[in-house]
Amino acid sequence: MSHQDSNNVTAANRRQLLQLGAAGAALGTAPFLFNIANAQTATIKIGFPVPLTGAFSAEAQDQVRAAEIAIKEFNDAGGFNGRKAELLVRDDKLNPGEAATRTLELIEKDKVDFIVGSLSAATQLSINAVTRERKIIFNSISQSDAINEAKDWSPYTFHEALNPHMTAGAVARYAFPKYGKRVVYLTADYAYGHEMVRGFERAGKALGATTLADIRHPIGAADYSSFLPRIQSLKPDVLVMCNFGRDLVNSVKQATDFGLKEKTRIIAPVLLYTSRQAGGADAFEGVVGGTSYYWGIEDSVPAAKAFNDKFRKAHGGAVPSDYGALGYAGIRSVLQGVLNAKSTDSLKVSLAMGQMKYNWYKGDQYFRKCDHQSVQSVIIVESQSKGMKDKNDVFKVVGMENPNEANLRSCTELGHKA
Amino acid sequence: MLDITPSLFMLQLMTGIALGAVYALLAIGLSLIFGMLTVVNFAHGAFFMVGAFLGVYFLGVTGNFWLSLVIAPLVVGAIGLLAERFLVRPLYGRGIDYPLLLTFGLSYVLIDVVRALFGIEGLPSSTPASLRGAVDLGFGHFPLYRLFLIGATAVVVLALWLFLEKTRYGLIIRAGSRDSEIVRVLGVDITKVWWLVFGLGTAIAGLSGVLAAPTRAVNPEMGIHVLAEAFVVTVVGGMGSLPGAVVAGLLVGIVFSMTALMAPAYAEMSIFVLMALVLLVRPQGFFGKAGALG
Amino acid sequence: MKLHSLVNGIARHRVASALLFLLVFPLLMPYEALAINILIYGLFAVGFNLVFGYTGMLSFGHASFLGVGSYLTGIAMVHFGVHWIPAIFVGVLASLVAGLFVGYLAIRTRGIYFSMVTLALGQVIYYAFYKAERWTGGENGLRGVNAEVIDLFGWHIDFLNPLTKYYIIWMFVAFALWLVSRILASPFGSVIESIRENEKRTVACGYDVARAKLLIFVISAGVCGLAGALRALHLSVVPVDSLHYLQSGQVVMMTLLGGMGSFFGPFVGAGVFLYFEDIATNVTKYWMGAVGLLFMALILFFPRGIWGSLMHILKQRGMLQGDRK
Repeated sequence: MSHQDSNNVTAANRRQLLQLGAAGAALGTAPFLFNIANAQTATIKIGFPVPLTGAFSAEAQDQVRAAEIAIKEFNDAGGFNGRKAELLVRDDKLNPGEAATRTLELIEKDKVDFIVGSLSAATQLSINAVTRERKIIFNSISQSDAINEAKDWSPYTFHEALNPHMTAGAVARYAFPKYGKRVVYLTADYAYGHEMVRGFERAGKALGATTLADIRHPIGAADYSSFLPRIQSLKPDVLVMCNFGRDLVNSVKQATDFGLKEKTRIIAPVLLYTSRQAGGADAFEGVVGGTSYYWGIEDSVPAAKAFNDKFRKAHGGAVPSDYGALGYAGIRSVLQGVLNAKSTDSLKVSLAMGQMKYNWYKGDQYFRKCDHQSVQSVIIVESQSKGMKDKNDVFKVVGMENPNEANLRSCTELGHKA
Repeated sequence: MLDITPSLFMLQLMTGIALGAVYALLAIGLSLIFGMLTVVNFAHGAFFMVGAFLGVYFLGVTGNFWLSLVIAPLVVGAIGLLAERFLVRPLYGRGIDYPLLLTFGLSYVLIDVVRALFGIEGLPSSTPASLRGAVDLGFGHFPLYRLFLIGATAVVVLALWLFLEKTRYGLIIRAGSRDSEIVRVLGVDITKVWWLVFGLGTAIAGLSGVLAAPTRAVNPEMGIHVLAEAFVVTVVGGMGSLPGAVVAGLLVGIVFSMTALMAPAYAEMSIFVLMALVLLVRPQGFFGKAGALG
Repeated sequence: MKLHSLVNGIARHRVASALLFLLVFPLLMPYEALAINILIYGLFAVGFNLVFGYTGMLSFGHASFLGVGSYLTGIAMVHFGVHWIPAIFVGVLASLVAGLFVGYLAIRTRGIYFSMVTLALGQVIYYAFYKAERWTGGENGLRGVNAEVIDLFGWHIDFLNPLTKYYIIWMFVAFALWLVSRILASPFGSVIESIRENEKRTVACGYDVARAKLLIFVISAGVCGLAGALRALHLSVVPVDSLHYLQSGQVVMMTLLGGMGSFFGPFVGAGVFLYFEDIATNVTKYWMGAVGLLFMALILFFPRGIWGSLMHILKQRGMLQGDRK
């Protein structure tokens, strides 16, 4: 053989060897690639529409922070069969139309498996209207009475948060025996306000309280001075502010200005941590209200301490707010449902969630069968301005009502078949 | 039903007047700008809001309410001057709709700038220490601060009236609103006059914000609601009329207050019904000029 | 020049061209729900522009008609069990009536007072719907506006399929745009444009200007009502802020963005506005300020709007003849 021949043969061999090698490598890695691709696309996607901009953006951002902790916990523990969870946060601008659009986007474009979120009655009802049609589980993390009712509800609807009826009832049961039975309501004139009044009056009736007046004010009103002289002249024992967020801040401030606190105790069904910070110590001094969570219960509730520490660790010593805690719980409940059902199928997870008993951050909870309302404790707090240990120590825990189905509206009342 | 005693009535009336005082100040600014420049300032509520924020901010920085009462409106007026010079002035002669729409966009920007600077939550504001407490007016206790508000508004209105009626510059402004061409012919730089009037109008809006801040929550959205109410007052009083703004401001404040007493659920709607009625029956309002800019 | 004749061909058959484009539009958008929103708001803006760009009246209460259309369609379906197709007609009819009511009162005023009256009446309607909680759901909005599935001749029309929903809505929008185009091309269309140019002269020519204004106002309300009806079906809810003056302000912005001096300007404006807002929302939390800045820039530098400026450039280059819009 000539030198060239041997070279050609060698070159041909080399080529063949390379080709064989490449083919071999491809075969060798192909299943591996295939697996990676599979695992990567199969994350459990949870849509999280919350009002990142607008009046409640502070609460919403806390919800996101806490939700991220729940996701990370789940993923660090191995996820579900190796599948990780992923949080898709969207801004619903506190606008029901926008919330519906974002929900459609999450379902149609991002193909989410579940949805958790919302921070107003109107937006959660809007989100729910879209999710239930498409059989996607929605775990709502803000207050609403309407979402428990049969006409809005579906087997895929879950309500992690408190509802006005529970909160109002708990505060009434604490406040009326203590401060007096002659009651005036200053009520925001929308469904949420009416729901709160209903909750108070029902609990109050059992305690012998009388309603002197139920004064309606337009929601978002900045000036309550028009209503205060009338309230003053009625001289009630208790003035119940049936409004929320900024409305509450405004009305409490102005009631304080008008000197109402001298003769009347002011109570509110929901006292938000952020409202208290925004309104200031003076305005809120002495105001008693309900909340789903206050970090201060960690002294008596171990689960709270565990949750608070997780939050502190992840966010530089900050404590979670009431709505923040709901963000955490909302995600955990859904992910636990996935683990219990051993599936991401909506119906299976829904059944699993319906049977869950859990304690994520404040004590034992479970979802009531007929309306998926999370039966949970209500914490009664009183705002304080003196003797505060630090800037977070804004409330004094004065009571805690244990979870009790009797405090909810009955299944038949809500329109569910027994 | 509700027992409306004379003292409750009087207290409610006083509350309405205090509410009306804020409305009147806002409407004066709007009317000034409209009467002089024929610009409908859709950013007026935003300037009010900026004034409230600056008022609370300067109070926090200086610790002195009276100082913040002077500084904040000046800063707001300065912003107004900048806005007129660079945003509104290029649009003169293009038709009445353009400045209106521009100020609408401006309000969006102002709201987000305030959010960026001061946060989305707003600022906690409380009544200045020297003005706390309530005064016994004979028929009941009324917050001292609100009396101050009424008084302060009266002082501002008086000062404005003196400025417009008794000074040379005020004369130019009054003439300019009646016939800007002649004023130009007489050698006055009308562009500069418009510029300063815009600044003055927005400064007054800022002032009403500073004054209103202790009585309500100070947050970036507070101007949206207030703008609609300011329009109601300006229309009822007559767009371009200062006495109209004052009278209508008080009237609307009282109507709102008394409706809140009798039928609280309809208080909000009532002022818009009033606005619609006035526009249909007497579009120029109580004091406006008939046929002005139809 | 092939391009020249292409452009002219498109201009001559403006509606057909637009509708053809809209057929493939969902492929260009990140998700169908956004494309549907653009269809709906595009129609809303075109309807609004009948009164604003064509007749010269700046209404600040047009959200009322969007809202009335949405609510009455929703109420018919939720409270009375009406099928979604006749329910759309109910919504449109209701908005025509609302247009008659508001128009009759507002037409008597002019200029800035017209804007203020429409604002005031719009707010009154807003509060009225807000308070009628039993029918409208009040603050919570009207929920449960779910279009029934239609199984017809083997066609399975299900609104849960986003593309199906898009094309069904496209059909309604197509019809409405064609109708509006015909109206504007008719002698009546010339009358209303002459009202904008010089009302006194139009009166002098012997036209019943008041009646013409009322008629165009009612037609405009009907078109906006149709947009509202479609919106209710799209979102499955009717949010109460559909009726608020901020919504009215938004359609004015959209119209100006695209250009009020042309037929499609408002539609383009709506599309750009919603697309820009969608992107801005994902990029920054200061999307409101960004939109405001964009809007101010347009008013200052491109008063003809995006589409209007484009048309202007094409005309200047001689690529478009005459007054084609």
